[in-house]
Amino acid sequence: MEENKTPGPDRGTALRWGVRDGVPIALGYFAVAFSLGIAGRNAGLTPFQGFLISILNHASAGEYAGITAIASLAPYWEMAITIFITNARYLLMSCALSQKLAPGTSLLHRVGVGFGITDEIFAISMARPRYLEPAYAYGAMAIAIPSWASGTALGIIAGNILPLRVVSALSVALYGMFLAIIIPPARKDRVVGALVGLSFAASLALGKLAEGFSLGWLTGGTRVILLTLLLAGGAAVLFPIPEKGGEEHEG
Amino acid sequence: MRGNVWIYIAVMSAVSFAVRVLPLTLIRRQIENRFLRSFLYYVPYVTLAVMTFPAMVEATQAPLAGLLALLVGATLAFLGAGLFPVSIACCLTVFLAELVLL
Repeated sequence: MEENKTPGPDRGTALRWGVRDGVPIALGYFAVAFSLGIAGRNAGLTPFQGFLISILNHASAGEYAGITAIASLAPYWEMAITIFITNARYLLMSCALSQKLAPGTSLLHRVGVGFGITDEIFAISMARPRYLEPAYAYGAMAIAIPSWASGTALGIIAGNILPLRVVSALSVALYGMFLAIIIPPARKDRVVGALVGLSFAASLALGKLAEGFSLGWLTGGTRVILLTLLLAGGAAVLFPIPEKGGEEHEG
Repeated sequence: MRGNVWIYIAVMSAVSFAVRVLPLTLIRRQIENRFLRSFLYYVPYVTLAVMTFPAMVEATQAPLAGLLALLVGATLAFLGAGLFPVSIACCLTVFLAELVLL
């Protein structure tokens, strides 16, 4: 929310920065998509179909739900509802991003940035100082999404060629990135710090609750939405950020 | 209606697209409401924190390896390391820890 008028990077620079920050995402995606491909193989998908699903959907839980629906020959309307629910958190992310674009950003760029929303690309986009440059998001998408799609296709073709140890190690790449995004602001702003700690605890508790009482509807995706509405809503009531044009937000 | 793979792919892609693009295209101006602005300011931190823990600990073969990676990653991030170094350090921590643990 800084009001300084220093010009942002030019398009080429923003694009390069996007690619740079997209590299760890692409690495993590490849490993996750590979295991998704194995599920696709079991559902009888061809490598091309897997590639297509991933390039168009690029969502781990959503795609997994979709592949499960294909494997069980679910009705189309049922699949549409499942995909909506598993991907509903992107609605919230899209709302948050709408405030992160410079006013007057064209419709085309809004569609382009929106299409590329994933948990990870959203994360690095929100970490941009001031406004998100669409070129930055495109840079990250350009390296991360093809990696996701080819990982899926390779998973369908090759099944288990990566050693389990490597898959296990790569599986934390994306979470490591999340830490690098949330910890520095949590250090600077005490409210954000407490909120991150509270989110960790609440996520653990709700996960255990879902497991303990076999609440099948309380999936990981649903937990993210519930806790985001509850905790971010609570923080907004108790610790509203300063009015526009007011003083800087100090925790 | 069910059973055609191409229709399945079209349906899931259309829903995924709509969910992502609609808010961004419909909310065209800066929100002035203080509560909504505060809410959207806090959204990414809660969302990412909820997705990270305990999922990070459950993703690895040995949960202890995931926990160590969480501690190493959080410490490095606290000290100001960037996305890529933190990410790689977490992967290496898991790899080395599982060599010992498994």
